[in-house]
Amino acid sequence: MPQTITKTKTTFRKIEPYLYLAPATILIILVFVYPIIENIHTSFLQNTASGIKTLGLTNYTLVSQDPIFWQSLSNNGKLLFSVPIMTVISLFIAIVLFEHVRGWMFYRFIIFMPYILAIPVVGQTFVYLLGLNGIINTLLRDVGLNLLTQDWLGSAKWVIPSISVVIIYREMGFGVVLFLARLMSLEKEILEAAAIDGANFWQKHFYVTLPQMSGVIEFFVVVELITMLSWVFAYVFTMTGGGPGFASTVMEFYIWKHAFAFRSPGIASALAVVLLLVTTVLIVLQLRLRRRSLEDIA
Amino acid sequence: MKTNPSRSRLWSLLAAIPKQVILLFFSLVAIYPIYYMIVTAFKTRPDWLHDQFGLPNPFTFQNITDALNKGNIPLWFGNSLIVTIASLIVSTIVSSLAAYALARFHFAGRAFYFNSMIALMVIPPAVLILPLFVLMVNIGLVNTLPSVIIIYSGLLIPFSVYLLVSFFRSLPPELFDAAAIDGCSNLDTFWRITLPLSTPAMVTLIVVNALFVWNELFIALVFLQGETVMTLMPGLTLFKGHFTINEPLIMAGTLIATMPMILLYLFGQRLFVEGLVAGAVK
Repeated sequence: MPQTITKTKTTFRKIEPYLYLAPATILIILVFVYPIIENIHTSFLQNTASGIKTLGLTNYTLVSQDPIFWQSLSNNGKLLFSVPIMTVISLFIAIVLFEHVRGWMFYRFIIFMPYILAIPVVGQTFVYLLGLNGIINTLLRDVGLNLLTQDWLGSAKWVIPSISVVIIYREMGFGVVLFLARLMSLEKEILEAAAIDGANFWQKHFYVTLPQMSGVIEFFVVVELITMLSWVFAYVFTMTGGGPGFASTVMEFYIWKHAFAFRSPGIASALAVVLLLVTTVLIVLQLRLRRRSLEDIA
Repeated sequence: MKTNPSRSRLWSLLAAIPKQVILLFFSLVAIYPIYYMIVTAFKTRPDWLHDQFGLPNPFTFQNITDALNKGNIPLWFGNSLIVTIASLIVSTIVSSLAAYALARFHFAGRAFYFNSMIALMVIPPAVLILPLFVLMVNIGLVNTLPSVIIIYSGLLIPFSVYLLVSFFRSLPPELFDAAAIDGCSNLDTFWRITLPLSTPAMVTLIVVNALFVWNELFIALVFLQGETVMTLMPGLTLFKGHFTINEPLIMAGTLIATMPMILLYLFGQRLFVEGLVAGAVK
């Protein structure tokens, strides 16, 4: 008897962690693993004359010949350019805030606020602000620059830069908070030493602060690159609906269109696989970055 | 270095001016759209047409009462509340159990599991949405709140597990050894030691996740298409469609939808900041 008890006890020990992992694993399989596999499978299905679906590359051929697919992919590519811009602005604000400025907590409070607003809320507000009689055009008219006024979201040329501005507006606060937290954990002595040695504001931060910030900057850049590929649907949906024409259509939006409006699941799946391949590059970056913190596990 | 104290004080005051100007500028940029949303929500339409940017004149509550009465905003608000609370309960329980296993046990596949969590944080929801939709149709959950509750709970797991593992591992190991010697089972240790000590981490995690679920549009739009089962974000896009030519009313609806998060932020700014930073620099 006692032997069987110890035996069941050791078997239990062995399976115990798996029991704790089980509920999470079930949900992960349901929400991530199954849909990814099913998506890849659907992307290779094609209709034949006899009505039976066979495996083939038809969906991918059609996608590669579709100019709107290329347009969507290049729009995501253009949005990536807002990442370095928001990184530089956030870094600049964080460094200024860090310089013993009176009221820095109040400024941080205000500058972070846009990040907690929902994208449809930000998007709808900017539809008015960027409209023909919105604040931007009004300011331009007030200073006599009538020539520069635009229908910012209605012009094929300006729509992506305009969306980028809105994204930068919302994400900037996240960067500021992140960078400021890192700055506050830096060793003060080094900065003071640099100041005593006569380094000016730019020298001090360029040569002393920035190198120590590389980890957190890299983190922010990766998170935002992921955002630009995987989470911009809501901006496009609420501000432009992909238009004018398809000028602001991004991959997510085009996948959604094919899946639900055009009822072509094969094409939607092929598009999704392309997006998945693009994000794989970011998975590699993300693993490299996040594993550092918990090296003994990962 | 010898400097006149009063002169250096004056100098530091002067030196602070450009910094204050820079910060004021960025603060104005950050606050302006929020200001615009709020003042528009309290304007009459003729007033808005006449002057978009000034303070309301006359000030009116009509848009707020109309938004609450004419559309389904109170209903959507309730749905958002149910979805957010349910997703948070499921994902927090499930993730903390998984994180406990990853942080405290050595077992085959541990590294693979943890790395998978990191990788899954990158997956675009657009890749998952069509197969999930077909699945939800087949099991009859499409157009019901449980469909999005299940999906959100799953989507939240990778980040939650990642954050909780790093937090659980920062707890002193002696505590766990002592508990084991006292005869606590692992589940006891989890329930009586790990969880109570992790309250701050749990609270920040819950706040950050609540922000995500409350504000999410894409998944809600696909899975909740019936007007009565919608959450606030897809509801707002529908509301906008109904009242296109009444901008102050739309802004009133938008303001109501965003109010809970603004209030949460006003009272718990620290939680947002800590939660988001903790996910990054650990």
